[in-house]
Amino acid sequence: MSVTIGSGHEGNVREQLTAYKARVKGGEMGALPSVLSLFVLTFLFAALNPFFLTQGNFANLLTQTATLMMLAMALVFVILLAEIDLSAGVTSGVAMALFIIMTNRWEIDWRISIVAGLLCGAAIGAFIGFFVAKVGVPSFVVTLGLFLGFQGLQLALLGDGGIYRIEVPEIRAIMNDNLPGWMGWAFLAIAITVMALLNFYDRSVRARNGLANRPISLMYTKLGVSIVIGASLVALLNTNRSQSIKEISGVPIVVPIALTVLFFGTLLLDRTRFGRHLYAVGGNPEAARRSGIKVVKIRIIAFMLCSSLAVISGIFNASRVGAVEATAGKAIVLSGVAAAVVGGVSLFGGRGRLIHAAVGALVIAIIDNGLGLLGLPAGINFLVTGGVLIMAATVDAVSRKRTSASR
Amino acid sequence: MTSHTPIVELIGVTKSFGPVDVLKGIDFTAYAGRVTALVGDNGAGKSTLIKGLAGVQEYDGGVVKFEGKEVSLPSARAAAALGIEVVYQDLALCENLDIVQNMFLGRETMLGVTLNEPQMEFEASKTLTGLSVRTVKSVRQKVASLSGGQRQTVAIARSVLRNAKLVILDEPTAALGVAQTEQVLNLVRRLADSGVAVIIISHNLQDVFKVADDIAVLYLGKMVANLKSTETNHLDVVQYITGSRTMGDQE
Repeated sequence: MSVTIGSGHEGNVREQLTAYKARVKGGEMGALPSVLSLFVLTFLFAALNPFFLTQGNFANLLTQTATLMMLAMALVFVILLAEIDLSAGVTSGVAMALFIIMTNRWEIDWRISIVAGLLCGAAIGAFIGFFVAKVGVPSFVVTLGLFLGFQGLQLALLGDGGIYRIEVPEIRAIMNDNLPGWMGWAFLAIAITVMALLNFYDRSVRARNGLANRPISLMYTKLGVSIVIGASLVALLNTNRSQSIKEISGVPIVVPIALTVLFFGTLLLDRTRFGRHLYAVGGNPEAARRSGIKVVKIRIIAFMLCSSLAVISGIFNASRVGAVEATAGKAIVLSGVAAAVVGGVSLFGGRGRLIHAAVGALVIAIIDNGLGLLGLPAGINFLVTGGVLIMAATVDAVSRKRTSASR
Repeated sequence: MTSHTPIVELIGVTKSFGPVDVLKGIDFTAYAGRVTALVGDNGAGKSTLIKGLAGVQEYDGGVVKFEGKEVSLPSARAAAALGIEVVYQDLALCENLDIVQNMFLGRETMLGVTLNEPQMEFEASKTLTGLSVRTVKSVRQKVASLSGGQRQTVAIARSVLRNAKLVILDEPTAALGVAQTEQVLNLVRRLADSGVAVIIISHNLQDVFKVADDIAVLYLGKMVANLKSTETNHLDVVQYITGSRTMGDQE
């Protein structure tokens, strides 16, 4: 098999690292800048404020991030197509308005109401997708229209200044309760096992097809690092972080939920035909069309996924606030786009992964949280976040130029 | 090579746009294992002839025979089903995907519900190796990082992967430098040698003489010459292209 190009020999660890360096130099940076800034920000704020690195603040940070993270991940599906969904936030607001009316006014079971909310999101996504992909209206305009219109719809559904308390304990628990200590460990064990099994499975399929695999030491290193980081996070969260007598400890329930969505979303994008075609349409719609890909269908499904996942972010938000408001989701959507871009998802389409959006959301949340702890005025926060966004977009544009200039 | 029955045979095909007759009864053949160059000045009808074969734009009249059987080509899908692949000038590759992903785009190999990446990688490597392509370092390289010649290589290899019987290349060397042109022409030669019928459109007669076995010259919607490249020369072809000479002069 030694004649086959690039697959007969996958190289040792050193060659792998050199190849990675070459890719970064060539402009394929992925999440690298945002991961680096994550470290820098953590050290910076930890040095400036001793409270920043406490368990209490850490748990707080996770729940602060969750809503934004979920929305940013939702937006990845349409940003990959070089489209935008400005209405993702208010879509989640409308779906949650429906949810709260069903549970509170009509006293319908919360599980059915959640499904109704998600279906409502999917329907709105299909509506947007139809106008963008079939009719050909720019997504910016369609979703801007909905952004305005849905604020009205929310008011109409919930009434002026309407706030409805969430009465469902299961929903309130997502952001406010924690897993028991052993369940945190169990979740970590499951996550690591799935990761390892997937790796071994891939290696066996490659071997069966007569292809070389990457050095196994690389895989063990990755798994080892994941175990160390995961275990220290679970251990940290399992210690008592309460300031009062009542103990608070454990991994917030929202964490496994968000990670599960991240996992399955990534599988969908990386390993299915739909994911492949989504990237293809984002990279070159004409090439995709000529390859027989149904471009319209892919676009509509992407908008449906975006709106549905946005509803999950709406659920997180409602759980955190403890209520559904008529103005829910209005302010957050631009931060969602910012998070995706900061994480390394390209607004030009075709490049980016869900994990990038998640990391980007963490960066934005850390800036928010850290500056808040420093007691700086809110204005500074916006300025810094805006600056980071422009920097990230610049990195994207420059690296894009570099990849196309290197030919 | 069975050069006796043509892979594709056009008999008296016509096409007009309104009052303008673009193709005025063209006869054309392409054989397995041979490279047929289609030359002619701008507006001679080359693109229209090719679009008909690709199923993008149906002919108005005439007969299309594929492997001796009369066929109709109402759509690109129908053409692809017969084994006709077109490599367009703009290549239509996704820069954000790697070579394997591009070669299998729209025809991915599956393992259950997930993509069978290893098998696709293996097949892609095998195809490139079969075409003696040595310029590509890794099949997992993103197309964005490839040179123009390498991209052309990927696009051609993709048509091979799809088991094409007839590959139509539209100006494959138009944007390439000297060395890359050489590489692509070699690839075209090997493609034909593997038993595929190749039609190449080119304005560059130097390239045409280097790679083609047969040269078909179009002039204002008519086929004015069908030549063997070994039996003609640069000057003759130019004269046919510019209309200052017709097949009658030769006989």
